Amino acid sequence: MPPTGTAAGTKLMALETKPLDAKARAALALHRFGFGPRAGSLAAIGADARGAILAELDRSNAGQITDDDLLSSGEAARAAFNFRQERKAERLAQRAEREMAQNEANKAAQAAKDAQTAQAAAPATADNQPPKTDPGPGIPQQILLEEAKARFDSALGTDIGFAERLVWFWSNHFCVSADKVRAIAGAFEREAIRPHVLGNFADMLMAVESHPAMLFYLDNARSIGPNSAAGLRQGKGLNENLGRETLELHTLGARSGYSQDDVTSFAKVITGWTITPAKQPEHGGEFNFNTRMHEPGPQTVLKTSYDDSGYEQGRAVLLALARHPATAKHIAEKLARHFVADEPPQALVDTLAKRFLDTKGDLKEVSKALVLAPEAWDAPRSKLKKPSEWTVASMRACGLALADIRRIVNTLNLLGEPLWRPPAPKGFADDSAAWMDGLPQRLDIANQLARRVGGLVDPEEIADATLGPLASPETRQTLARAESRPQALALLLMTPEFLRR
Amino acid sequence: MTIHAPSRRELLLASGALFAWAYVPKLARAEGRDPRLLVIVLRGALDGLATVAPVGDPDWIKLRGDKALVLDGATPALPLDSFFALNPAMPNLHRLYQAKQAAIVHAVATPYRERSHFDGQDVLESGLTKPGSVDTGWLNRALATLEPADRAVKPLNAFAVGPVTPLVVRGSAPVMSWTPPRLPPAADDTVMRLLDLYNHTDPALARVIQERMGLAAIAKAGGMGQTPPAKAGPGAAAQVRAYFTEAAGAAASFMARPDGPRIGALSFDGWDTHADEGAASGRLSALLGALDGAIGAVESGMGDAWKETAVAVVTEFGRTARINGTEGTDHGTATVALLAGGALKGGRVIADWPGVKDAALYENRDLKATTDLRAVLKGLLKDHVRVNDKVLATAVFPGSADVKPMTGLV
Repeated sequence: MPPTGTAAGTKLMALETKPLDAKARAALALHRFGFGPRAGSLAAIGADARGAILAELDRSNAGQITDDDLLSSGEAARAAFNFRQERKAERLAQRAEREMAQNEANKAAQAAKDAQTAQAAAPATADNQPPKTDPGPGIPQQILLEEAKARFDSALGTDIGFAERLVWFWSNHFCVSADKVRAIAGAFEREAIRPHVLGNFADMLMAVESHPAMLFYLDNARSIGPNSAAGLRQGKGLNENLGRETLELHTLGARSGYSQDDVTSFAKVITGWTITPAKQPEHGGEFNFNTRMHEPGPQTVLKTSYDDSGYEQGRAVLLALARHPATAKHIAEKLARHFVADEPPQALVDTLAKRFLDTKGDLKEVSKALVLAPEAWDAPRSKLKKPSEWTVASMRACGLALADIRRIVNTLNLLGEPLWRPPAPKGFADDSAAWMDGLPQRLDIANQLARRVGGLVDPEEIADATLGPLASPETRQTLARAESRPQALALLLMTPEFLRR
Repeated sequence: MTIHAPSRRELLLASGALFAWAYVPKLARAEGRDPRLLVIVLRGALDGLATVAPVGDPDWIKLRGDKALVLDGATPALPLDSFFALNPAMPNLHRLYQAKQAAIVHAVATPYRERSHFDGQDVLESGLTKPGSVDTGWLNRALATLEPADRAVKPLNAFAVGPVTPLVVRGSAPVMSWTPPRLPPAADDTVMRLLDLYNHTDPALARVIQERMGLAAIAKAGGMGQTPPAKAGPGAAAQVRAYFTEAAGAAASFMARPDGPRIGALSFDGWDTHADEGAASGRLSALLGALDGAIGAVESGMGDAWKETAVAVVTEFGRTARINGTEGTDHGTATVALLAGGALKGGRVIADWPGVKDAALYENRDLKATTDLRAVLKGLLKDHVRVNDKVLATAVFPGSADVKPMTGLV
């Protein structure tokens, strides 16, 4: 029989034509809307899977990380700056010492002819130095690892994890790259994304576009209005990067009707949105509106003219963009694609877009609308979990806590989704096809995980706890016939039911 | 921008290959000996009849037909005595056997008589008569009763405490683990099982696995009937062999050191040969060749300590006596235990041979068990490491008072 479906094939669809019972819905809730089941998760959800997800959104700390030890982006930027200065100073000092040692050696060679030696006067020769040790990861990388640890602790520890999944979604929507902003990539997510993940889209947009990480990543920090005081004096000018990506990627979406003039005008509007130099001890690395860099005069964006009100001019345009119907459609599509299907049902997209507009971008209401929509539950489980989702789900299934964050970081590198390092401002791809090629690598990781814990667990129990009624008879049989517990566990993590959601 | 994708080697690998006790047994030391014991667990159930074939049994050819190892075939089996012959993939073991440094115990099995890998491995490693208990293993319990000599092993840099140890060495006696830098190759067998599952439930995933992993043997075993992709068997076999050899050789060189551990365990996966078993040339032949390489690597890695070494290669159960419908064998009962080492009184096949007539088979399908594997292990623990009878019958293999330690192994 020739296949009539796409991607997942007809078989999966066929499996799901019958309505899911309560337990299957609980399993689906965990895989599709959360981070996958842990031991006891299915039972904890009970009969009302939808209600359990919604209840999680009402928790006061949903999507938040409270860890006083994590640095603010300003503190992180200053620490990174100081670290680089110290490294520089060290290198200079080492060079000076080498030269001095050379001088001393020369002197000593001369002095050897005399009865006296000059060695006592040279306590800091190279021989007296402590042996050179591995300096370990630098401060920026240490900060990044701390942030990563907090992020994955959250994902591993959450009950269902819908709010946390939303954080990951928005963090990828508004991505920055640690290759450019290593020390503050984690702080960006905590400061600009998390506080608004169940708040208002406009607030998130403002927080993102004015965050030092974004301003640096997309070059706005050095974008100067050609007619501003700085522009006239330095002869430097506009950088459209953030202006363009805000329209194309963050709000309206590509080919949604804006023009190059809109891009240029908006880029001018946000000139002066920059960062206090990190060397300044108090506010270094923090957002700063610099009037001297700001393009003076009114600007027209999407046929609306905005008077020059300085910083407020940018906020006014962002607010209009946040409320624009094209933005609602763009966000609705991306949400539905992420959670439900590569080609999401149009009815679902329409529902979400309408809710977005009706509530003026209330993201909690939009997220609820997603969970309440029947299409979000009825769609076949055809989406391949992204590597990061799959890694967390695997660890949760195996009952693994976070021991060494570098292990996860390395895993994500291997699987092609390096943490906070998307290949482009568009973020990581969100369709299954993009991640299919990484399956052999996932098998390697599954084997490693299974070797770590596989001897200790009962594969049948784990299958019950993680797949429950979603497991096909073929899958159950494959697991039961495995040659060892570790093999059964590796197979479980690679079953279609576990890979897809 | 550039993304640094770490090679497989750069990844942290958590699985230890060697799990070892950090002490030297005191009693043996008092006798002026310094014995080494290495237990190698083969997971997946080794086909004992394809490893050591009863070529002198009149029912042998009838049983296995053209899959029966024989002395005059295209790949002739290596004669052990007038009745048994060794798989031709194992020249090292054959040489050791001729030098009286290797022995075979045949028609041997644990007390477990069902056919689940998980449960079978639990029984094999726990040393209990029934599955279900996974807290401690018999080797660890043996260690716990041994009195350490005055000298504890120096912690070596290469050792780290392993997060999870195999059941056989799990327990209260502290165990160290060491991990080889080389990753074990992704088991073909695991891929084959996945591919089979995907073929039945998720064709898109099946396509990716087939295309990306390019394993000809798998496509064939999966009954795909397609032209196999270019990359195939020999490379994978060489990889397996390299991994076994490196893991075993390095383990031996640790145990050979004056300040190294004395008792250790390794495990090798992949023996569940349900389809296309390939005893003479194929998958099992490659695995046995890799195991033979590992035994050779232990011998050379031990150096002078080889003469005080005993290696015991054991598996959870055997496989069906007859070949099944897919040119493989299914889960069975009795199998072989391979013993090697300079300390052994070798050059013998130890078997109370049950025969392979239909009527002689256990439940008309498996080689019948006539020797209890616990007797073999108890014999080694008693005479080589000096664990006493009473402890063996109670703490190490509880309820095994009737199973006397096999004498004269070392």
